[in-house]
This record gives sequence, structure tokens and C-alpha cells, in this order.
Amino acid sequence: MSPESRPQTPPQEKAPSRVPSSMDARPVVRPLSPHVGIYRWQVSNTLSIIHRATGMLLSISAVVLVAWLFSLAAGQTAYAQFGWVFGSLVGQLLLIGWTFCFFFHLCNGIRHLAWDADYGFDKAVARKSGMVVVVISIVLSILFWVLALTQVTS
Amino acid sequence: MSMESSGLKAPRLKSPLGQAIGHGSAHAGTEHFLAQRLTAIALVPLTLWLAFSLLMLPALDFYTVTAWAAAPLHAVGLALLVIALTYHSSLGLQVVIEDYVHANGPRIVLQVLLRLVHAALAVAGILAVIQIATRASL
Repeated sequence: MSPESRPQTPPQEKAPSRVPSSMDARPVVRPLSPHVGIYRWQVSNTLSIIHRATGMLLSISAVVLVAWLFSLAAGQTAYAQFGWVFGSLVGQLLLIGWTFCFFFHLCNGIRHLAWDADYGFDKAVARKSGMVVVVISIVLSILFWVLALTQVTS
Repeated sequence: MSMESSGLKAPRLKSPLGQAIGHGSAHAGTEHFLAQRLTAIALVPLTLWLAFSLLMLPALDFYTVTAWAAAPLHAVGLALLVIALTYHSSLGLQVVIEDYVHANGPRIVLQVLLRLVHAALAVAGILAVIQIATRASL
């Protein structure tokens, strides 16, 4: 943009002390946060990303839950077809993945609710609770599938 | 910005503040925040209840699961779970779209689709629960 095309702002008006404001004709370009490229990776932001990713995956599992209810409502044949799909190797692997997503999103969601209630927001505490969430969600996922497989075999 | 260089577009005379005023929504975030937390709190017992109820069943065949799901209290729990889950999912994905999809067309299409799909999911889930519960009692 050449200076001649903006006659409304002569150069004399550019006082060095003037702070850019929202009343300026042009938008103020500010840095975006966080800049992933220069961001120091840590527990809290990693878990935040995993929380969002697991939440998105769990939205797909909500469709599966409704499909399961629908097959149960539709009758024996439909229910057997659903059982065939999710009893297959791919189906079981999907369910195992969703189990971890569920327990992680659940535990980390409770961590978020605690933050909302102003508990455990200190940096050190938030870091520790993040580690606890990861460990607990892995343990619960394993425990769930051990119990689920003993149900099938019994 | 001259009229010649920008084609038919008139020069933008409004300030950013002037452009923002009248588009609403600056005060409308609290409802979303609260609904997300409320559904989250509801989903903690509801999802754990479903997971461990299914684990405790002797088997997951059609008759065992139907008998369990058709019990009035269980049907209420399942319907509540469907409502809380679809609402929570809709609120969460809404924010994801807001954060990553900035182009006007795709953003609006996705936001509309998101709500329609979740409404359909909720209706389908609730109807299925009602059908399971009423069929078993016949």
C-alpha cells in the first residue's frame, strides 16, 4: 500500500507513543497464542490436545452407541449383525481404542471440572494430576477389558 | 485502499469495533460453558453405570440385554445418557469447528450439519430405548 493511497493518515500523525487501538481503520495484528512451532511442549498442553482428540473420537462412538440401541430395538437379527461387526477383530480393536478414549476423557474431564471449581490449578499440581489421569485411564482400560473378556469366556 | 485497485468494493469506512457491534454473541458464551459442564457432570455417573452394568450381566445376548434395558429405571438411564451424550458431543464438536474451520461456507455448513446429525442421533436413541422398553412389556 503506497502512502499516496491513504491520504487520511499523513505521516506527521504517527506519534511513536501511540498504542494501536480497535478504533484504527486497519485491524491490529497481534501474535496468536500458542504458537505451536515455538511452544515448549509440556504435560498440560499435551493432555489438552489428547482431551480434544479423544472427545472427537468419542463423538463417533456416540453414533455406535445409538446404533447398538437401534439394533437392540430392531430385533434379534439386527442385534446379531451388530454383534458380528463389533465381535470381529477390527470391531474389538475399535472398542478397545474407544475404551481408552472414554476413560481418559472421563478422568481428564473430572480434572477440568476441578479446575473450574478452582481446585488444583497450580502449575505443579496440574502437572501431577495430569500424570495421575494418564496412569488411571490406562489402568481402568486394562481392568475393563480383563473383566469384559472373562465375561465372554465364562 | 483506492477504488481503482479494489474493483467494485467501496473503501471500508467502518472501524473494527463498528463492524463487530450488532453481531451479538459477545455475551452468549456462558450458556455454552454451563451446558458443557452440566452434561459432563451428568455423563460421569451415566457412562460408568452403563459400562459396569454391561460388565455385570451374565452374557450380552439379545434376551439378556433386552431384559436389562427394558427395566423402567434402566430405560430412563439409557434415555438420559443418549440426551446428555448427544448434547455434550454437539457442544464439543461445535468448539472444534469454531477453532479450526474459518472459511464462512464450510463453517456454516458444518455447524448446521453438526446440529442436525446430533438431533437425529438423540431422537433415534430415545426412540430405540422406548421401543425396547415397550416391546419387552407386551
